[in-house]
This record gives sequence, structure tokens and C-alpha cells, in this order.
Amino acid sequence: MYDFNSCYLAKSVDDAIRALEANPAAVVISGGTDVLIKVREGKLAGCDLVSIHDVEALKGIQREENHSIVIGSASTFSQVVNDSIIQKHLPMLGEAADQVGGPQIRNMGTIGGNICNGVTSADCGAPLLAMNAVLETECKEGKRQLPIGEWYAGPGVTVRKHGEILTKIRIAEKDYRGYTGHYIKYGKREAMEIATLGCAVWLKLSEDKRRLEDIRLAFAVAAPTPIRCRKIEEQLKGRELSPNLYEMIGKGALEEVSPRSSWRASKEFRLHLVEELAKRAFGQAVLNGGGVDLA
Amino acid sequence: MGVHENMKRVDAYGKVTGDAKYTADLMTGNLLTARVVHSTIANGVVKAFDLEEALAVPGVLKIVTCFDVPEIEFPTPGHPWSVEVAHQDVADRRLLNKRVRFYGDDVAAVIAEDEIAAVKAARLVKVEYEEYDPIISVEQAMEEGCVPVHENVPDNVLKHTGFIVGEESYQEAVQGEEGLIFLEKVYETKRVQHCHMEVPVSFAYMDGSGKLTVVTSTQIPHIVRRVVGQALGMSWGNIRVIKPYIGGGFGNKQEVLYEPLNAFLSTQVGGRGVKLELTREETFISTRTRHPISFDIRAAVRKDGTLVARRLKAYSDQGGYASHGHSIVANAVNQFKQMYRDEKALEVDAYTVYTNLGVGGAMRGYGIPQSAFAVEAMVDDLAGLIQMDPLEFRLKNCVQAGYEDPHTHVKFYSYGLLDCIRKGRDSIQWDQKRKEYDNQTGDVRRGVGMAIFCYKTGVYPISLETASSRMVLNEDGSIQLQMGATEIGQGADTVFTQMASEVLGISQEKIYIMSSQDTDVTPFDTGAYASRQTYVSGMALKKTAETMKAKILDYASWKLKIPAVRLDIAQDAIVMREGRDRLLGLEELAMEACYSLERSSHITAEESIHCVDNTFSSGACFAEVEVDLRIGKVKVLKILNVHDSGRLINPKLAEAQVHGGMSMGLGYALSEELLYDDQGRLLNGNLLDYKLPTSMDTPKLQAEFVEIEDPTGPFGNKALGEPPAIPVAPAIRNAVLHATGVAVDSLPLSPQKLVKCFKEAGLI
Repeated sequence: MYDFNSCYLAKSVDDAIRALEANPAAVVISGGTDVLIKVREGKLAGCDLVSIHDVEALKGIQREENHSIVIGSASTFSQVVNDSIIQKHLPMLGEAADQVGGPQIRNMGTIGGNICNGVTSADCGAPLLAMNAVLETECKEGKRQLPIGEWYAGPGVTVRKHGEILTKIRIAEKDYRGYTGHYIKYGKREAMEIATLGCAVWLKLSEDKRRLEDIRLAFAVAAPTPIRCRKIEEQLKGRELSPNLYEMIGKGALEEVSPRSSWRASKEFRLHLVEELAKRAFGQAVLNGGGVDLA
Repeated sequence: MGVHENMKRVDAYGKVTGDAKYTADLMTGNLLTARVVHSTIANGVVKAFDLEEALAVPGVLKIVTCFDVPEIEFPTPGHPWSVEVAHQDVADRRLLNKRVRFYGDDVAAVIAEDEIAAVKAARLVKVEYEEYDPIISVEQAMEEGCVPVHENVPDNVLKHTGFIVGEESYQEAVQGEEGLIFLEKVYETKRVQHCHMEVPVSFAYMDGSGKLTVVTSTQIPHIVRRVVGQALGMSWGNIRVIKPYIGGGFGNKQEVLYEPLNAFLSTQVGGRGVKLELTREETFISTRTRHPISFDIRAAVRKDGTLVARRLKAYSDQGGYASHGHSIVANAVNQFKQMYRDEKALEVDAYTVYTNLGVGGAMRGYGIPQSAFAVEAMVDDLAGLIQMDPLEFRLKNCVQAGYEDPHTHVKFYSYGLLDCIRKGRDSIQWDQKRKEYDNQTGDVRRGVGMAIFCYKTGVYPISLETASSRMVLNEDGSIQLQMGATEIGQGADTVFTQMASEVLGISQEKIYIMSSQDTDVTPFDTGAYASRQTYVSGMALKKTAETMKAKILDYASWKLKIPAVRLDIAQDAIVMREGRDRLLGLEELAMEACYSLERSSHITAEESIHCVDNTFSSGACFAEVEVDLRIGKVKVLKILNVHDSGRLINPKLAEAQVHGGMSMGLGYALSEELLYDDQGRLLNGNLLDYKLPTSMDTPKLQAEFVEIEDPTGPFGNKALGEPPAIPVAPAIRNAVLHATGVAVDSLPLSPQKLVKCFKEAGLI
């Protein structure tokens, strides 16, 4: 039994926005895999819920005319994992989504929820950051689009306002065409896990596979929010692949992250993982792009 | 038909289809819901409550606090009651406690119409405390001037015992001999929990005559009845405990947890039915745990591998209440004595110390997984010091056939340890891989490791061993079988059915075992714990079946006019003992016996056994691992347990039992640990943060056996319930040592710890 006061089943995005506007304390629920846990823990006990679970407009994954890939925010992790567009163009995102919780969680939880909960450990956060995803939201004033880099405001906090619904996650063609990547979720076990650290490398190799045309490096749990390491990305761009790039990316990442100590893992250990996983994800991403892993 | 066969589980159909009824399935009708209010401090005294807001929650009937319960202290461990006062369990708990002894202690309880109201009200109960500093380590608890957790134990040492094997002390044994090699180390195990799938759950009600019934998920229904009686100050016969199917216990339900409180709450609402189901989080915080024990060891060996002498000081962290108390570490240190011979001396001290952390109780292996880790790590470290193969070191020093414990006189009536070691050695290709993996370089390295153990089957002579069984012949020649021994998922009902079939000559399909225990009708048994039921309760069953068979043959003799000694039962019929000619179907005989106008006789049998035997089982684990040094991850490539458990009653079930134990051992080795903050608050009390291995983390588990008839077992059998969990953690630790050269001396071998160790060793 869950202690919530009411649950309004929204029929459309506008309907959900109206319901939220009518109740400043109402909480949006989609898959429920985060919200219901908070209800049970007491943090949201007795709350009013506005469910967007049945809003069809928020589901589905498509390519738009300009070849942008659009992921409906209420797409479940399983749908993301099994989608042919994702598998073909954004395999790293599917692999990350496939590491969330266990099968039951992946069948219920949504990619939009993973972004809206604002936590640094979200498995889809770092990959979407690396892909320069653009988030589209709607509220009573209308729609807005903002890069995911501007979304996070602090641990567990985003810029989403009350009455604002994340509707779409969009990745432009320029951000995936020719890119390959690799996401490493590092946890203490192989499933049902919260990341101790997550590392996403998304890169584009030159035609001869010997040079880095572009590279993005993003981390989960290496800072209060998912983060990109833009300084080291800039230093690496355009370089020939060589063994010393591994050292560069590992050491470079250390300059840009700020993990904290918790009982789950020490800062020192997380820093150690930042360096090691950056190298490993980089090596695998190069391999996935048809290059040679020179580690 | 009978034992030593792979009979399909008698409960398979019910459990697969969901037809089998567990406690929560029976919680129908208009039951009230109870919720316990737990302390939010670890050490102190409850001064007052403010219940105003909580009582105002709609649906709340009553809130009972620690000021409202009987002033009766009672014991909670699932031991047979001792009629000698000196051997009785420590009675240190009330239904609700004013003196708070750990974070999560029970201070009040809410009774409400539904769960939401109960949970809401429990959150709104305000408690005023007088707080003391939390005692969060054994060292702190033993410091002079530390506040006693229990007033009657001023130094916080619940008990200290010791023994010496040999004619002299450790110091005397080692001084004066040149060339001895010494090891001095502290090996540490950590607090873990059982993680049975079904959380503790019960419901209780009173009928018009005042009889109080508790339906509960327990391993020990008859002991629950006794403790409910003690805690409430009620006549034991006026209490009825019913045990339906249960979803695992592993020792946590060899404890009387919330049944007395649940029963009391029913009495507080006029006998209405009240249910009390813990959450997983409450289960972690407020039930029992495996004691963390640290083992401070000194050992001396000769260069030829002879173990000369050892000195051990073991410190067991009891947490806030005595529960099974000193029994655990006292059992643990026996592994040092029983597993290896010291040429000159073994000197042992064991301490059980109260702290304000989670309460230690019974958990599969009862202290031996802890000491096996220390002993087997010590063995590999000693072998390393003298550059001897650790397997050869074990062969040279380990317990031999015919061993008898000098104090308890428990014996190896059958002995297969060396065969287990041989079997594992071949299967893992020990000799070849020990060489192959020596002197590796690189960031990914492999190793093989092993560990051995011995384990006694029942609890005799430390505690009473008693059991009983009852059989009734139905009119159709089938049998109703009742056991006081409990099915807790291990397959007890199935092996009892096989045993009855074996002795009676009646096919398994015609033996109807009553799975549920009901203390109003079920014959007495102390329950599922130790590794006792197949052995001790099996003896009671065998005796009952023999009596039953004699009664049936007596009736057959009258009917057939043939002396009973010339008759036998086989394949559901009376047959001639010589020649096996079929004389009379049992169905016909049973019908006649029941309805005969000449001699109507209802054939039943009931026997009890007072078991004064015990026997050691033994075994070994062999593991091959691959260690990814830079990320501190251990991948188990191959793992194999070989068990010397006598004859197997049901080989398939035995294999499954080994798989479960190995899985538990893997978690103990690599990932499980309850973590507390400096206020004594549990940090990771949920199944996300407590790292129980998932199926994705579990390698193929290989179970093998050395089957040697044990002369004391009712069917040549001996312990297998607990042993599989024992040797896994040290085998993995020793495999990691082989792979990396790094000796990790505390559990678990978690990545952060390993990376730290590998850095210190200069490997990364």
C-alpha cells in the first residue's frame, strides 16, 4: 500500500500541465520507479500525484525529417534498449539504459524520469550529455528547448519548473553521425546497482581511423551532477591516435571532476576510477569506431 | 522408492504454481495492522512519549509504548530450553524497551485499521530520550569507564571463555626452539545478514476461550510457543503457534523475533486479529545478523611445515542484546582446535562483547564461516612463509580420520575429508594451475585457492537434541505423517517422505506429510537449525516408522494367521519376509483395520528420540579467480565445493543445498557488509545498497560429494544444511592471494579495499 493522497491520470501533456498548475504541491509520476520509492520512504508520503504514464504523445522513438533522433520522455528503458533506431545510431545509450536496475525496473522506469530526477548516478545522464542531447519541455507558457548541459542545477535538482513537463529528448544528426562510443557503469555488482562511477566516451574517428575528429567525455557520480570534461576534450580533438592519449585522457579527466566521499565509495577511490575508466572507455570507443586500441 | 534417490520435491507443484500458502497468504479477513516504532538513537533511555499527533491519525486504534508492557525480561534465541538455570539463555529483552540498546530498538507499537494509518502514525510518534554516546566498536565497549549496555554486565563482556589443548601455554611451547617461523595477524569478518526472501511476518488472535494463536514465519514453532508464554507470562498450553510454508530463514528465524509482541498486541485490542509484517529495511536494522568476529592470531611453524603452536584471541561483536550470545564465538573457535593439530599447544580465548550495533544471532554455520575464514587464511599465510604448497600444508596438519574433540567428544564417525581434497585437487587442476599462475605480471591475473572445514551435525552435547514424529494409517493404506521438524525451503518434507517410504515399504505417493506445524497437534521438535533435522528428526522418524510397521504387521498377522516375524511390507502390500510373495494389499488391510466388526483398530504410531550422538561432516572449496587489479574486481572463473556429508538422502536436493550455500559464501567473500555511521545508524539497510550477489554475479556453481556411510546417521547421513556456506570466502581470499601475492585479511574483498591493498603492494 502506498500513501498518496490522490493520483490524477492525465490524458495529454496540456492536461498534465493544467493539473500541476492547479496544485502547486503535486508531483509528476511516470514509471514510478523513483517516485513510489520516495512515497514508501515517507519523503513524499501523502502527496498528490499527476500521472503522465498514459500520455501517448510522450512515447516512442523516431527520426525527424532533418534526421534528428527524438526520444519520447515516457519511453521505458526497455523500449530504448530494444529500439532499432537507438541500436543503429545511439548504441551507447541503449547499452547504458540496459544497465539500469533489473528487468522489472527497465520495463517500468522511463528515460525522462532518469533525467528529471536530476541525480548524478542516472545511467542515461552521462551518455546523453556526451551526445549533446537537447531537452524539450512544455509548460503553460509554451515550449522551450535547452541543451542537457544546462539542465542540471545541483544534486537531485534540475531547472525544470513546477508545471513543466519534459516531453522530448532530441539528438541532432551532427551529434551522432559517424560517432561511436562506450559507456562503463562501474558498480559493486553486475545488476540491481547504482553506479559508483559511470563513464561515457563518444567520439568520431577520421576516415582512415587514425585521428580523433571529435571526442566527448562525460561522467556520472564524478561530481554533484553528470558532467562533461570539456578541457581535455579540446586538447584531444584532432590528435592522431597514440598510446599517450590514454594517459592524457585519464589525467585530464582528473582535472575536471570533483567526486565526493560517501559511505558508498571514497573520493580517492572514485578518482582512481575516473582515470582508469576514462582510459578503458576511450579504448573501447576507438575499437567500436573501427580504430585500433593502442593501450 | 525410499532414500538415496532423486524424488521430486513434495512441495514442488504448490510452490511453482503459487498454491503453497505462506503466512501473508493467510492474512485474510478483518485483521488490524501493527507497526513498530524504532528508536532513532543507539544508546540511551526513553524518558517520555508525545502521542497526540499519532493518535489523531484516522484509523489508529491504539499505541502501546515501552511503559505499557509487562515488566518481564525474556530470552529470544531458538535454543531448547535448559532445565538447569545456569545454562538458560540470557533474558534481556522486554516486548518494548525503555533502555535503548541499538539504533532501531523497539520502543512502541501502533495498531491501526490499515497499513497506511499505522505507518503514518508510527512516523508521528515523538520520543524523548536521555542519550548516551553510541558504542560502535568492541574496543570502545571494553574501555574502562564505558557505559554498560546492560547494567548487569558492567564491563560489556557478555562472556569470556578459553581453553588450552596440549600440556603448556603458547609462550612455553614456542620459547626454546630455534628456527621457528612466526605469523602474527588479525583476521576480521564483518556483519552480514541472512536476506531470506520472506521478511519476518506474523499475525495473532485470541479465541473466545482465551487461547492465543500466532501464525508466523518461523523455523522453530515449539520454541516460539515457549517464548511467547515466557514473555507474556501466560501458560504455554494456552498458546498455539502455527507455521505455514516459509520463504527462508537461514537462522534469523531460529530466533523469536516479533511473535511475542504481535501476540501481546492482540491481547491489547480484545483479541482481535493483528498482523505484523516487517519491511526489508526493518529486517536489516532490527532483526539479527551474523556476528563480526576478529581473530588475533599468533602461530609458529617449522620449516618442514609442522604446525607447532597457536594462540588465538577472538572478539565477537554482539550488538545490543544477547540473543544467541557467546554460543557463536564459542562454536567458532572450535574450528581452530578441530581442523588442525598443533604439535605442542593451542591457547584460545574468546570474548563476546556488547556494543550498540545490530544484534548478532544465529546464521547458517553458527560462527564457523567466520573462523573458517581466519583459520584458512592463516594456513595459506603460514604455507607462504615457508614456501610450501598450501594444499600440502593442509594434508600435513589437518584433522585425520577418527578424530574426537577432547572437550565435547564429538567424533568423525565417518571421514571423507582427504577424499574431498583429492577430488577438488583433480577437478580444479590444482598442481598444474598453482605452477601456471605463479610469477604473473600484468594488470589481470589468475589464481587458484582452497579452504577446508569440518562441521558437527547437531548441537549435542552443548544442547539437548530431541525430536518426535507421528504416523496415522488411513483407510486406503496411505499414511499421514506429522513432523515437529520444519520445512523451511531446504526440502525437509521431501526427505522425510523418502525416509518414511524406505522404512514402511509404502510408496512415496501414499505418504502425506503435513507441512504446516501447529503446536496444538504437531509432535514436539526444536526445529530447523544447526544441520540437525535429517539426522536427529530423521532418527525420530525412523523409530516411529519402525513402530508403525510393527503395528501393521501385527494386524496383518492376526488377519493372515501368519506370525508377524515372517511378514514384511513392500510395494504397498504385506509380503512374506522369505520369498517376498504378496499376501495382502495394504489398502485392504487398512480398510479392514478401521472398519472391522471383529477387530477395529486405528493404527497410529508416535515416538520421540533423545539423541546423544553427533558426528562431524567436512568438505573443501576450490576456486579459480581472475583479478582485474586496476579496478579491484574479482571474477570467479570456477568454483567447486566437495562435501563429506555421509550418504545423500536426495542427491538433487543435496546439490541444490550446496548451490545455495555457495551463493551465500560468494556474497560473504566479495560484497556483503552492513555499514554503520558513528551514531550506530545502519547506512545500507536495503537490497540496493547491501550487495547481495545477483544471478549476474554468480558463476556456475559446482557441487560434488564423497559419499561415505555414517554409522550414526539414521540413513548413513550427516550434516549438509549449513556446511556449503562455510569454505567459500576463504577459498576465494586464498585464490586472490595466489593471483596477486596480496593477502587480504578482512572480509569482504570489495573493490575499494582491493585497490587500496594493490596500491600499497605496489601492483598498481
